[in-house]
Amino acid sequence: MSGNDVLLEVDDLKKHFKVNQGWIASLMESFGSGEPDYVHAVDGVSFELREGETLGLAGESGCGKTTTGMSLVKLHDPTAGDIVYDDTRLSEASDAEIKQFRQNAQMIFQDPFESLNPRMTVYDTVAEPLRIHDIRNETARVQRALEFAELLPAEQYFDQYPHELSGGQRQRVAIARALVLDPDFIVADEPVSMLDVSLRAGVLSLLDRMTDEFGLSVVYISHDLSLLRHMCDRLAIMYMGKIVEKGPTDQIIENPQHPYTQALINAVPVPDPAVGRDRVELQGEVGDVIDIPTGCRFKNRCSEYIGDVCDQVVPPLEAKTDFEQDIACHLYDSAEGYDPYQDMTGSPSASETGEEPESTPADD
Amino acid sequence: MSQLEVEDLEVYYETEEGPAQAVDGVSFELEEGENLGIVGESGCGKTTLAKAIIGILPDAGYINNGSINFKGDDLTEMTNAQRRRLKWEEISMIAQSAMNSLDPVYTIREQIVEAIETHRPGTGRVESDEIVTEMFELVGLDPERADDYPHQFSGGMRQRAMIAMALALEPSLMLADEPTTALDVIMQDQILKRMASIQEEINSSMMVITHDVSVVAETCDRVLVMYAGKIAEEGPVEEIFNQPYHPYTIGLKRAFPNIRKSSQDLLSIAGYPPELVDPPQGCRFAERCPMATDRCREEEPEAHYENGLRSYCHYADEIDTELRPYADDSETWSQTAAATDGGVDE
Repeated sequence: MSGNDVLLEVDDLKKHFKVNQGWIASLMESFGSGEPDYVHAVDGVSFELREGETLGLAGESGCGKTTTGMSLVKLHDPTAGDIVYDDTRLSEASDAEIKQFRQNAQMIFQDPFESLNPRMTVYDTVAEPLRIHDIRNETARVQRALEFAELLPAEQYFDQYPHELSGGQRQRVAIARALVLDPDFIVADEPVSMLDVSLRAGVLSLLDRMTDEFGLSVVYISHDLSLLRHMCDRLAIMYMGKIVEKGPTDQIIENPQHPYTQALINAVPVPDPAVGRDRVELQGEVGDVIDIPTGCRFKNRCSEYIGDVCDQVVPPLEAKTDFEQDIACHLYDSAEGYDPYQDMTGSPSASETGEEPESTPADD
Repeated sequence: MSQLEVEDLEVYYETEEGPAQAVDGVSFELEEGENLGIVGESGCGKTTLAKAIIGILPDAGYINNGSINFKGDDLTEMTNAQRRRLKWEEISMIAQSAMNSLDPVYTIREQIVEAIETHRPGTGRVESDEIVTEMFELVGLDPERADDYPHQFSGGMRQRAMIAMALALEPSLMLADEPTTALDVIMQDQILKRMASIQEEINSSMMVITHDVSVVAETCDRVLVMYAGKIAEEGPVEEIFNQPYHPYTIGLKRAFPNIRKSSQDLLSIAGYPPELVDPPQGCRFAERCPMATDRCREEEPEAHYENGLRSYCHYADEIDTELRPYADDSETWSQTAAATDGGVDE
């Protein structure tokens, strides 16, 4: 069902947050005592979202998946890099184009208890985006969106407030609100993790229908790989603000190549007592996202560490010979003939990962 | 004799509309060194059951009937002081939210040492510190961090500190309430693996309360499936997963995606658990069960014993022949969804 037309292109996106924004910090800064620190939440991420496709962003807490998702719908302005939508670079887009973009880019959040305004009725919640974008035919559209979200009969929900609804119903209202503008794509951040077991499958099948019937593209953000395998055409695995592996879902899950992806998939429990799982423990914790290490960010926890090249050269996410997926790891031969060893000692820019946007070689 | 024998336990909560029967006639046994998983939806009574066993029911909760025999003593007959002595030393609990279970104004070391000294008054400071070091190493924390306050730890570290504390006195029974739900997969895997090896070392038994059936599949020997305060089905983990007799078990098992399967049809159980203040007569699951008949709505099911499983379903003896494939089909359940409430609810 997914066509090959690219809907959205993310180009070397970076989002850094200043660590200490208090007044003392700004005072210190103004006296010139030290550079401010930055959290490199997203640090050079590139991917395409195709029409009608479902893409999963996976990784541990703090890997930058939610920041990436929020940047996709312009809830964050990128520090560097760009998003190209409909042949328009968003950094150069006019206000009208941005407004058009916002209408087409919607987000569903993790917690339906927090994401809905408790003082607004279901009707107003779903109608609000229509009012903002000045779209007529309000009642019919609200009704259709609620009906799609299987809140039936829709009129019965119009005057209800979020506190009168169950968690599953609230998440359906959030979905109706996201769909009411007929967007091109939706970012769904852990859409079912707050819901009770028996409700999850229902909301997931609704999200499935959403892609099938509306031809929407969806970016799912989750740490739950079993869920992403169920929902997504393609997966991108993130670690410390970068994508380490990206490709077709079945390929990534069944044949992971990056040592981090392997560890991540290996850690997922299997709901079948007959399946014995080799449990390999990943050493250490996620590294420092303020003072980014040189070379590969995973090197300290990596079981396959091969020496100086890992220490010095940032592995680009690129096509590798013999593999369907893109991998950011020096273990595999580049399909395009990139030789990381040429960037070792004597070429300081290779190991640098500071603020300069062009610091990471071949990371396109 | 089993280490823990729960007999016909009833735990009620006082509410304005009358007592809510959160746990209603639950009986089971736990052998020494055994791991028992307790699964079910929110509000099925699994946490209440654990709280009743360790003796930390909230004020509105009380044990209405039944007994909890632990190593031959009935916990429900004990005074508060007697129960307090058992806590941490014999029975310890790992709560879901470690942040709320650790005291923010004391260091982790102070909290563990306090638990040790309360229960073993003769223990000297040097010995207590040794235990802290040993426990930190067991759960994979740097012992030098023991003098940190809880807020200086990450979520995963706090959960591990909580486990270190629960293990410090080498209890013979651990109650783990969603021990890893708040954590990432990698951290979850590390902690479950550590808990298993520690358990082996001190030969303790464990009750794992979780909604995640894959965690149960990997860590437990036996499973107790609860629904609306009652046991729906109970038995060895292999049988529960391979040949369940209760439609609720089948539904719950199929509600989760499996990472090892590329395409799968998830199943959603329509409707909600019943009110516990005035529970329906007959089978409590009848309202949501695609196979329910008038008999189910009127008559409470007796236990059916087969293949090591104890199943509370009137049609358990027929499920093997005809009903299991029917119950295992997601179509069956979506039709019930449409029939019961026009698809209004999930």
